[in-house]
Parts: sequence; structure tokens; C-alpha cells
Amino acid sequence: MKFTDVISPFLAWSRAAKKVDTIPYPNQQNPGADRYRGFHINDTSKCIGCGRCEVICENKAIDMVKVDGVEPTKGDSGLRPKVDYGRCCWCALCIDVCSTGSLSLTNKYSWVTENPDTCVYTPGVDQKAWDSEEKGFRQENDVLGWAGSPREQMEIETPEKRIENFDEVVKGYTVDQAMEEAARCIQCGLCISACPAHMHIPDYLKAIAEGRFVDAVKLFYDNNPLPEMCGKVCTRECETVCAMGYQGESIAIRWLKRFACEQFESLADVLALEAQPGEPNGKKVAVVGAGPSGLSAAYYLSRKGYEVHVYDRLEKGGGVSWYAIPEYRLPADGITKQMEVFEQTGVIFNYGRDITAELLADMENRFDAVYLAVGLQKPSDARIKGEDIPEVKPAFDFLMNSPDKGEMLTGKKVIVIGGGNVAMDTARTCVRLGADVVLSYRRRVQDMPADDEEIHEAMEETIDFRPKTIPIRIERTESGIRYLYHEAKMVDNPKGGRPLPKPKDDVEHAVDADILFSAIGQTSDIEFIPESMQKEMKLKWGRIIVNDNQYTGYKNFFAGGDITPGEGDAITAIADGLRAVKGIIDRLK
Amino acid sequence: MGVNPATDPKKTTHLFFGPQHPGVTGNMSIEMWFDGDQITKAITHVGYLHRGFEKLMEKRLWIQNFPLVCRICVPEPDINEECYALAIEELTGIEVPERAKWIRTLVLELARFAVNLMAFGGQAGTLGLGTAAMWGITFRDFVLDLFEELTGARIYHIYIQPGGVRRDLPPGFENRIEEVLTKIEERLPELDRLVLNNAIFKLRTQNVGVVKPEWIKEYGLVGPVARGSGSVRDVRKDAPYEIYNKLDFDVVTETGNDIYARALVRRREIDLSISLIRQILSGMPEGPVATKLPNLTEWRVPAGEYYSRVESSRGEYGYYVVSDGSLKPRRVHVRGPSYVHAVPLLERMLVGANIADVSNIMVSLTTCPPEIER
Ligand SMILES: Cc1cc2nc3c(=O)[nH]c(=O)nc-3n(C[C@H](O)[C@H](O)[C@H](O)COP(=O)(O)OP(=O)(O)OC[C@H]3O[C@@H](n4cnc5c(N)ncnc54)[C@H](O)[C@@H]3O)c2cc1C
Ligand code: SF4
Ligand code: SF4
Repeated sequence: MKFTDVISPFLAWSRAAKKVDTIPYPNQQNPGADRYRGFHINDTSKCIGCGRCEVICENKAIDMVKVDGVEPTKGDSGLRPKVDYGRCCWCALCIDVCSTGSLSLTNKYSWVTENPDTCVYTPGVDQKAWDSEEKGFRQENDVLGWAGSPREQMEIETPEKRIENFDEVVKGYTVDQAMEEAARCIQCGLCISACPAHMHIPDYLKAIAEGRFVDAVKLFYDNNPLPEMCGKVCTRECETVCAMGYQGESIAIRWLKRFACEQFESLADVLALEAQPGEPNGKKVAVVGAGPSGLSAAYYLSRKGYEVHVYDRLEKGGGVSWYAIPEYRLPADGITKQMEVFEQTGVIFNYGRDITAELLADMENRFDAVYLAVGLQKPSDARIKGEDIPEVKPAFDFLMNSPDKGEMLTGKKVIVIGGGNVAMDTARTCVRLGADVVLSYRRRVQDMPADDEEIHEAMEETIDFRPKTIPIRIERTESGIRYLYHEAKMVDNPKGGRPLPKPKDDVEHAVDADILFSAIGQTSDIEFIPESMQKEMKLKWGRIIVNDNQYTGYKNFFAGGDITPGEGDAITAIADGLRAVKGIIDRLK
Repeated sequence: MGVNPATDPKKTTHLFFGPQHPGVTGNMSIEMWFDGDQITKAITHVGYLHRGFEKLMEKRLWIQNFPLVCRICVPEPDINEECYALAIEELTGIEVPERAKWIRTLVLELARFAVNLMAFGGQAGTLGLGTAAMWGITFRDFVLDLFEELTGARIYHIYIQPGGVRRDLPPGFENRIEEVLTKIEERLPELDRLVLNNAIFKLRTQNVGVVKPEWIKEYGLVGPVARGSGSVRDVRKDAPYEIYNKLDFDVVTETGNDIYARALVRRREIDLSISLIRQILSGMPEGPVATKLPNLTEWRVPAGEYYSRVESSRGEYGYYVVSDGSLKPRRVHVRGPSYVHAVPLLERMLVGANIADVSNIMVSLTTCPPEIER
């Protein structure tokens, strides 16, 4: 102990003359730090109501609620998060997992209210003093990757190798890859509303993530009897709304469906109990057309105890999806595997039976209900001068006739006109048969109705893409044909919608070729419907107009799939079949 | 059976100190018997604060426990985040980017800095030297400003995450740290004059609350409590985690065995933290601050168990984490030094102590009840 020890503490008094450190609240109020975790705000126009914030909140402080003015749409539940400040601990986990980045915390420190009810509020909907606050805790370029993640890469055959044969391009996921990919799903379920058949997507992704592949397949069959096909060629509306797609990549829902089906040599075995006819109810239904739509209706009708007779003029089931889609996208063995499941259902298949007007009229008496699922079997006219030249052929007919087993086109030059799936399939098939292919399309690449992946893969396969080319005419030459076109410029469409192609100038460009395939769509062939019946049905552009239950308005006739207006893809055709089953059950009650 | 003289109702007074008493470190209480003003027996009681942390953790997703674990220690939440993250990283094999390791060390050291500022001043506070206590708290507040800027919160940072940290340093943050260090450094001599060079403090702390060196092994004492009695144990040196092995420092140790020695250890720890923080700032590499984690709601940590440990301001602090490979931890056990320091050690030290020194002794052990009852 020293004498200074007695004196020195008194030196503390020197502080009394200095500036105080304490903030004289409320006269002085410092703003929170730029990153402060204060009160919530939500950009409700950006929010998709995925509920990720609600799920992650360990304090159950968030409830997803319906708000006025936000209606549910495909990919938006119409719900928005409501926060309870009696529970919230401002951890901001909800902020870092927000799929869209719409939810943030402001740097607002304090809030005094006399009404405790206002402490439970819907950010972005219920007005608060901090609504326009710019600073606070928000996602910073998603450094954490909690709000979105990349997709498990699918192995794809190289373009050089794949054009040598008709082997499948996509190699499929390994078990580990599939489980990882499926585990990315956040179970928001927004995809269900986007899927025309409303498949149980989150449930089957969870099953796959947990290695329960049998369960996954059974879940598929709840509302889709052709899951392996859809797992390969579906237009995957579901993936376009996936919450993971906003700040990462959407889940590979289609590939995972394919994966689960591929785990089994026999799907019939997996569904030994499920794919069985229901207790017979004594009623008979005829299904015309064994395409995806007809098959879907047949499967679920038989499960409900109906005696189902399917008629198709072709030799096997599957419709154009299986006849026309090339092997490299949809190999035939998968088809056989899926058709085996139908054998257990007791559906009676009548192949090679062309239904004529007479037969259809007869069906009216023999069956309690008829489902017309005849699709579109007639290629549309190209409406180009010179299309009657024999070397100008419909792409649809070409694809329907197993071109992979037909003659090679080695050294031949082929022109394909169109930008849809049929055009891509034709062009890519021709490349595989050894041809040089030019693809001509009126609009821009981004306007092509074909799947982006298809377009991308086609481009890789040496196909000469000529977008913005307007056909003028086709001429005969000594050795073959000559295709003439104008280059187009895009002009605004006065009616709105996609811009229109208009010739840029008068210059005529020419390509010489041996064959030209026109792939500009298919139309219906409804001659088999007796005129008297047609008069009672509503028809538009050759399509049958139906109500929500696929009912045609004529007696007990229902229709669905491509023959009715719609997306024109397999899953819509399947969904129509499901709705028809509901309609038929209701009507035959 | 005769009457125990230590608790003889005829000779001793029986009193509860705490749990509602500003002189008690948190919500715990000491049941005491004393004869005159000399304590004859003391029993530590806990249970006032039990919130079932460990049990609750078994009910939450792995990530959802971060907002929870930090609450086990108000002054130094980051050690909890660190231990829990270290265990998860060990079990999952998730790598932490180099920059994140530096930032984590920075955060841990800033937290230790803040605690010691408060504890050092607080020690004087137990003797009625309120000014020193207030200054300690003020200095800590300057550090909390930094935490607010870095993590978005002053107390519960929820900043250390498996695979790294939640955000990069804000622009210019290094300068702001340096400003705070300089400001506190300039004012520490004032605090020293008020505490270490204070006759009252010396009289009340020297040769009071003696921790005999042989008790270190007997009880398993750690941290400043052990280092005030000659121990050189420090997890930062003995089993370096993050980047402590890249920093230049000596373990702080004193041999006075008394409260004064422990206060001196904490005071020197403050200087050490300043030095370590400066070393970290000058050596901090560039790069990413987090490794991306899998889908948090489907995140299964592979089955296994791991004991992670760090040096907290109170000594070795550890988490024993068990996973059964599911979405939630199977078991998490939090092991802090306060159990030993507040129960067997304190009960022993209080026997024979003057009643006026209870708080003084207790604070010198920086006992922390949430660490005892998790
Ligand atoms: C080349 C090509 C590629 C395609 N690619 C895809 C794709 O990748 N993804 C996708 O989702 N969709 C694709 N589609 C579209 C898809 O194939 C159809 O939307 C789907 O097959 C429609 O199903 P559906 O049951 O309505 O008709 P269809 O599949 O056309 O089946 C109708 C069936 O009815 C039979 N039929 C018709 N009239 C009669 C009659 N009078 N008597 C007896 N039987 C009759 C036909 O033989 C046919 O089997 C593609 C189509 C083509 C042509
Ligand atoms: S900040 Fe944390 S506690 Fe509050 S609503 Fe978000 S997740 Fe829940
Ligand atoms: S996570 Fe984001 S996008 Fe999803 S509901 Fe919550 S606020 Fe909306």
C-alpha cells in the first residue's frame, strides 16, 4: 500500500469536467446501425407467400395469413407473413431464408404504442412508421445461400456423342444426387397449384430425400398414371414457380420423378395393391384414344369400379407422346413398363380399332359414358407456296413412323420449319440420321414454344438455327428443292403480346436442300364424330369446348387432352383425364 | 446426534443472500449461516433461472438453436455460438473459409474484451466503488456499438454460424474498431487509478478470497480463477481453435491467489485482447466468409458426438453435442466453469469469510447461473 493509493482515486473527479458518454434519451436518439435487427418490413409484391419464414421461425412468431388485395395465383399462395412481437426475438432467421428476399428488418430501435394488438401485424400491409426505412438487416447477396441453392448437376451426353445414335441424352441422377436434390425442397407447395394434375410434389420430394422411393412412386400414381414419361418429357410448369428458383435454381422436379421410377424394373410390382380395379359398380365407359389423356381417365375410372374399354387405331397405347417423341428423349422400354401397370387395372384395351362415326354413334347406346381423347392427329398445312412438292413433308407424320428405324439421311440436307417441340424433335432426329439440318422460324429464339432445354441441346447438335426468317416459297431444283425466305425484323404487336415478324427488306435468301419438314402444328380430325353429335357440341377451331369437368354438353360425352383447348402437353392431357373421371362419376350418380 | 455448530440456531444467524440482490452474480442465491459477521456455512442454490435450454435444443432444427444458445451467456454469447458451430462443423465436415476464422476470432476476442471491462469495473462495484463499475459498463458499451454494427444486435449476436459467419465486416469496420480501442486505451489509466491503485480496493481484495494453488487440480478450476493462482492453462494456447495459433501472445498469469490477483489477471486480459484484436485486424485475409449450407429445414447432421471447447472469459467452456443423424440434435450438454466455481469452490471459500465480502468473492469468480442450469 502506498500513499498515492489514497490520493489517486480522487483523480476520477477530472471526468466531471468532460463530455458525458451517456446518450440523453429521448432528447438525443441515435439511429440503429445500418445492419440493425429492428422491426420487420415486407415487399408484399415481391413476396410469394411461400411460408419459408414461418417455418424457420423458432419462436412461432410468424403466421401466414390471407391479406386483402393479394389473390392466390400459380406460384403465389396469396398469404403473407404476420409477425407477433410478443414472440419474436429478432434473430432474423426469417430474413436470411426468405426465398425472394422480400422480407427485411429495419434499423428502427424503439416503438411505443398504447394498443398491444398493433404489435401483431402484417409487414407491408399494416402501415407502420418504419415502412419507408431503407436501412436495417437484409439479405446481402445471399452470402449464406440459405434462400436459394444451385441444382444438382445432371449428367448429359456430349453433343458429339449423342448425335451418333438415339440413346437417351439425359443420364439420370445417382441415388446420392437425387436425395440431395430432393432435400433442397423447402416444402412450400407452391408448385402444386402450377401442376395441371396437382401432383403431391412436396410429399414425393420428401420421400425421395428420405430414400423412400416406393412411397414416391405411389404418390405419383395418386394423380398421374404415366409418371416415368412425365419424368422425362413433362413441360414442368411446377419448376417455373419453384421458390428455390428466385435466388437459386428451381428443384429438378421432373428429373426426380424420372429417377424414382427408374429405381424399379417393374412399376407393376410396386403398385401391386394400388393399381387394382375397384369394386365393380356395373357401369361401362368407353375411352376413345389411348394417349395420355385416355389412359389417365381409364386408370382412375377402373380404380372406381367402372368397366373401361379403351379404343385406339394404333397398335399400342401412349398416343402421340410415345409414338412421336423420339427415343433419345423417351425410350420405348419405359413405355412398356408403364403399360404393364395398366394390365393389373382390368382396363380392356382394343388396339388397331379405328373409331368411325358409325361406331361412335353405337357407343352412345352401349356405354354409360364416353370419353373422347383423340388428340390432334392431322399435321397443319404449311401454307407456303410449293408445299405440294413431294419432298415437302409433314414433320408429324415423319416422327410418328419410327424414323429411328427408318432409312438414314446421310449426306442429305434437311430444312425444318417451326419452333415447337415437333420442330426440335424432327431436326434432332434428322441430325442423328446423318443429315445437315437448317431450322427456320419466323420469330426470335426466345419466342420458340419449345422447351428451353430442347432448344439449347438442339443448338449444340450442329443444327443451323435461322430465327427471324419468313418463308416465301419452295421451288423445285434439278437435284432437290430450294427454300426461299425473307429475313425478319420484329415490330410491336398493336394488339399487345409477342412482337410480330415483318420482312426486313425485299431480299430473298435461299437454301438448297433435299427434304423440307414443316412442323407448324397439328389440327384435329373430328370426322369420326357424327354431324348430328357435332351440332350438339360446342366446337371452336376444330376443338371440343368442355366445362370444368370435361363435359361436352352432349348426352354422357366427355372430352379432354389435345382435342380440347389447352396447353397441348402431356400433363394437361393427364389432368383432363382426372377431371373427366370426376365429371363422369358426378354425372352417373 | 449433536447440533452442528456451523448451523446451530442458538449461535448462528441464518440468511438467504439473493436471488434478488444486485450483489449476486445473476439469479442464484447463497444460503448462509454466520456467527457475528463470520460465515460458518454456505450453500449455493440455483434453479431460479432454469429455462431448459438443453432440452429445448432437442426440439429444434440445428439452425434454430443459434438464437437460443447465445442466451446462455448475456455478456459473452459468442462462445456458445462458437462451441455449437464447431461441433456441427466437426460432425458434418463443413469447412470454414479462412477469412471467417479470422472474423470469428475477432468476435470472440471483442466479446472477451467487453466482458473483462465490465468484470474489472464490476469487481470494484461490489465494494461500493460504483464509478468504476459504471465506467466498465460504459467501455463495454463502446464495444457493443461495434457488435451492433457487425451483427445487427448489441447482446445476442447470432452471428457465428456453421461454415463461417453470417455477414462480412461492414466497410470501414476495422477503422471503427481501432477508434474504440484507442479511446478505451486512453481512458484505462483512469480506471486503473480508481481500481488497482485504490487503497480501499487493495485493502478489501488483497489476501481476501484466497484460492490455494492446490485447489486448481482438486476442483478443476480454470480461467482467471486458476490463473490468479499461478495456473498457465488457457485453451487458446493449449488447444488452439480458429486462428489463435497464428497470434503472438503469452498466457496471462498472476500468483497472488487473492481477489486482487484475479482482478489483475482480468485487467491484463484487457490489454491482451487489445493486442490480439490489433493482430487480427492487421493479418485478416480476404475471401468468402461462409460456406453454403444445405437446405436448413432438411439438414440432417450425420450421427456422431463431439466435445468442442473454447476459452471463455471465465475459463474453459465446452459443448458436448450428440447427433443421431436426424434433423435435430439428440443431446447438447453445455459445460461452463461456473458449476465448479459457484458451487463447491464458493461454498468452501465462504466459510470463515466476512459477510461483507460475499459479493466481493462471488464476483471475483464471475459465476454465471445460466451456465449451471441450462
Ligand atoms: C413430336 C412431339 C413432341 C412432343 N413433345 C412433348 C413433350 O416433350 N412434352 C409434353 O408434355 N408434350 C409433348 N408433346 C405433346 C403431347 O404428346 C400431347 O399433348 C399429348 O400426347 C396429348 O395427349 P392426348 O391423350 O390428348 O392425345 P394423343 O396423345 O394424341 O392421343 C390420342 C390417341 O387417340 C388415337 N385416336 C385418334 N383418333 C382416333 C380414332 N378416330 N379412332 C381410334 N383412335 C383414335 C390416336 O391414335 C392416339 O393414340 C409432343 C407432341 C409431339 C407430336
Ligand atoms: S426475427 Fe426470428 S423470431 Fe422474429 S419472426 Fe423472424 S425468425 Fe421469428
Ligand atoms: S419467405 Fe419471403 S417470400 Fe416466402 S412468405 Fe416469407 S416473406 Fe414471403
